[in-house]
Amino acid sequence: MTVRFTVNDDPVELNVPGMRRLLDVLREDLGLIGTKEGCGEGECGACTVLLDGAVVDSCLVPVGQVDGHAVRTVEGLARRRPSAERPAMPDDLNVLQMAFLETGGAQCGICTPGMLMAGEAFLASGRPATDHAIREAIAGNLCRCTGYTKIIEAIALAAARRDAGATQ
Amino acid sequence: MTLRTPSPPAIDRAPLRREGPAKLTGTALYTDDLVFPGAWYGQTIRSTEARARLLDVELDPAFDWSRVVVVTAADIPGPNIVNSIQDDQPILVADEIRHHAEPVALVAAPDRTLLQEAVAHVTLRTSPLQPVLDPLASGQVFAHYEIVAGDIERGFAEASLVIQGEYRVGHQEQLYIENNAMIAVPRADGGVAVHGSLQCPYYVHKALRRSLLLSDAQAQVIQAETGGGFGGKEEYPSILALHAALLARACGRPVRMIYDRHEDIAATTKRHPAIVTYRSGVSADGRLVAQDIEIVMDAGAYCTLSPVVLSRGTLHAGGPYACPNVRIRSRAVATNTPPNGAFRGFGAPQTEFAAEMQVNRIAEALSVSPRELRRRWLYRPGDTTPTGQVLRDSVAAEEVLDRAAEAAEFERVRERTAAARAGRDGGGDGGHVAHGIGLALAWHGAGFTGSGEVHLASVASVELTGDGRIVILTGSTEMGQGTKTIFPQLVAEALGVPMASVEFAPQDTALVPDSGPTVASRTAMVVGGLMIGACRRLRAVVEERSGGPFVDTYRGDARDHGATRIDEHFEPYPGVEFDDTTYRGDAYPAFGWASAIAEVDVDLDTGEVAVRSVVAADDVGRVIHPVLAEGQVEGGTLQAVGYATIEEIKLHDGRYLNDRLATYLIPTALDAPRIETILVEAPFGGVPHGAKGIGELPMDVGAPAVVAAIHDATGVWIHDLPASPERILAAIHARDGAAAAVAIDPGSLR
Repeated sequence: MTVRFTVNDDPVELNVPGMRRLLDVLREDLGLIGTKEGCGEGECGACTVLLDGAVVDSCLVPVGQVDGHAVRTVEGLARRRPSAERPAMPDDLNVLQMAFLETGGAQCGICTPGMLMAGEAFLASGRPATDHAIREAIAGNLCRCTGYTKIIEAIALAAARRDAGATQ
Repeated sequence: MTLRTPSPPAIDRAPLRREGPAKLTGTALYTDDLVFPGAWYGQTIRSTEARARLLDVELDPAFDWSRVVVVTAADIPGPNIVNSIQDDQPILVADEIRHHAEPVALVAAPDRTLLQEAVAHVTLRTSPLQPVLDPLASGQVFAHYEIVAGDIERGFAEASLVIQGEYRVGHQEQLYIENNAMIAVPRADGGVAVHGSLQCPYYVHKALRRSLLLSDAQAQVIQAETGGGFGGKEEYPSILALHAALLARACGRPVRMIYDRHEDIAATTKRHPAIVTYRSGVSADGRLVAQDIEIVMDAGAYCTLSPVVLSRGTLHAGGPYACPNVRIRSRAVATNTPPNGAFRGFGAPQTEFAAEMQVNRIAEALSVSPRELRRRWLYRPGDTTPTGQVLRDSVAAEEVLDRAAEAAEFERVRERTAAARAGRDGGGDGGHVAHGIGLALAWHGAGFTGSGEVHLASVASVELTGDGRIVILTGSTEMGQGTKTIFPQLVAEALGVPMASVEFAPQDTALVPDSGPTVASRTAMVVGGLMIGACRRLRAVVEERSGGPFVDTYRGDARDHGATRIDEHFEPYPGVEFDDTTYRGDAYPAFGWASAIAEVDVDLDTGEVAVRSVVAADDVGRVIHPVLAEGQVEGGTLQAVGYATIEEIKLHDGRYLNDRLATYLIPTALDAPRIETILVEAPFGGVPHGAKGIGELPMDVGAPAVVAAIHDATGVWIHDLPASPERILAAIHARDGAAAAVAIDPGSLR
């Protein structure tokens, strides 16, 4: 089937089987390899993306369901997008990414793209950044490195900075 | 409750993670992110029995096999052996299947659909054999040790209190979020390059050379960004690289072998299950006078690293306590289950769980605070371990215990929980959720055991290139713990240059030397020490030639003299000697020390445990990077909490039943306690920077602290891990049932 949607505000039109996983469409058809696969059954959250702003596991979403909608992936977060010629630098990062970098919220990095998307959705929700609220927001995203402590700190730091007027 | 807004750490003490921006923008390249045009997809055909004779690998004649490649044991050019400690594990089964999910054949195809079709047309013809599934019934011993100090009989003769226990701990899956993954690419010289998720490039390199009959240069191993290891990518990548390389050789194209979660859990190594039988004797004046310990570890079907896992478990089994009369006997045995291997802690978490259970139970029997008892018994400088090692410096058992106990207000909270428990026991309404606090203390040898570091003979290098760049050359890998950040920190400090001027060469065996494996909490201490040594020599060479400070003259020196590369080779630490045959001497160059205090809520109706907080004090010698060091403690602590409470592999006929992430559970952010980390610094004098290991320490203390807290809440001891709701309820019911029986007829229990 033909599906049309946007990824990080760029329009996409593809002729693909409607049941193809959004995860595979992103990684293999569109080359957006920032989104990771950890379990393929919606348990680990490594493949988390935003669908019209809502957190979804892209391994469980058939691309047919995305037709007409807006997808946001980790590639859409940075203030300035890195490339093969110009590797990512701290200056490129948005507020949440920078908070992860400063607090140590990313270790091995494989859960990080999904964790960032869950964090972005939480920040966008405008809910007060309490410890429990942040834990609930990332409860669908498994991390084996950090014990979650510094991820929670990072999201709290980003929330504080946004409240203080940081825009990106 | 509103979270205190954290402030970012000072940049000079905690520089930003080197590869952080790439990871945070989704541009870091993990194995499955690498593109090789024309690559085929590979898959493993695995056994479905625990033990059987392999009669034939049948290829359905109705299928067109010309479109795919199939590899069996007969296609292996060299020895059909996965290089490790023993030559027992085949790359592909040739004759006898020894465990469920064992690799028997390999298939590769140009696309996934065809691959699935081909796999469906392969049949394994087998004839069943009787499996051995109970480690206590196993007659095959991979390794055994005995450590004796003093006179165990005399020790128990002196004891007025003897506490005995049997403790059983099960498998634990490393559960790195990135599954095992490898891509093999044929080289023009007839060799192969593998790109993979791995901890130890030179382990894989050796395995490829040996079984594919390749030269050093023909076998090339390149680490891709690695999404967690925890020991699970120490030895397993060797067999996966061999599989991918065999397929690439067969089809003449790159071959991708990316495990899914199900295959990764079903087939790859786990933490060794163990049965630890422990008898401790205490004298009338409260001294620890005897420890008699027997350890059985279930190695699974092949030896893998079991001898060294068992060795570490054996050496740590006494816990961090001075005792004059000790006997520790241990064995690692074969069963027809998937082989077990390295996992953070490497044998020590199993035996130190038992050691700490004993100490906590003795404290209860003596009506002494668990903290006070440990203060009496813990190792202090000058004490001697069961192998005869005199602990001369860098002994911080008391400091980590005191720091943790004070931060957690251990005694005050314990008084409160004791009062609440007394209220419940007295018939008062204590509520259905009981709060408890528990304490544990541990030691962990830094670096390889015994003379291991001497045998490794690691090399780390630094090069001033001809165009004036400073490049770190090491086989030590980054897998999230911070190698790529702390090495540039150490090098920048040793050379007196800004950290931004220091580059880190890729972990590619064609470029970097063998710095030994990235395991055993050895990277910061051992390889970091070599790195500083190399820098000091480089600095001296350049400053001698230039007559000025390195920072001002190295670019000019490179212009005038070309490249200067310094290879620093490991030299034994002075005064550290160990005899592998008698197991006497200095088992480790230094020990790290850790204490954890856990607070839990236990639902007395359901047995469910919520771990609310953990205070962890860990002595790491010297903190190189506080944020990364805390990250190690926090992550290790949560893995230990999972080990204590929910992580469990269930087996049926030698097969893992819960081999999916939907059924093997690890803690989520909602399950995770608040973790407070206290970093203690008792420097090791054998290395210039004083750093010891950190990665494994927190894994040793978390589980016994949690189980002690469960006891504090409920009054029952859980001897087997995990302390699941079922086990807790069963223990409570058994106690209440026994109490009821006493109330009815006290004589019946005599």
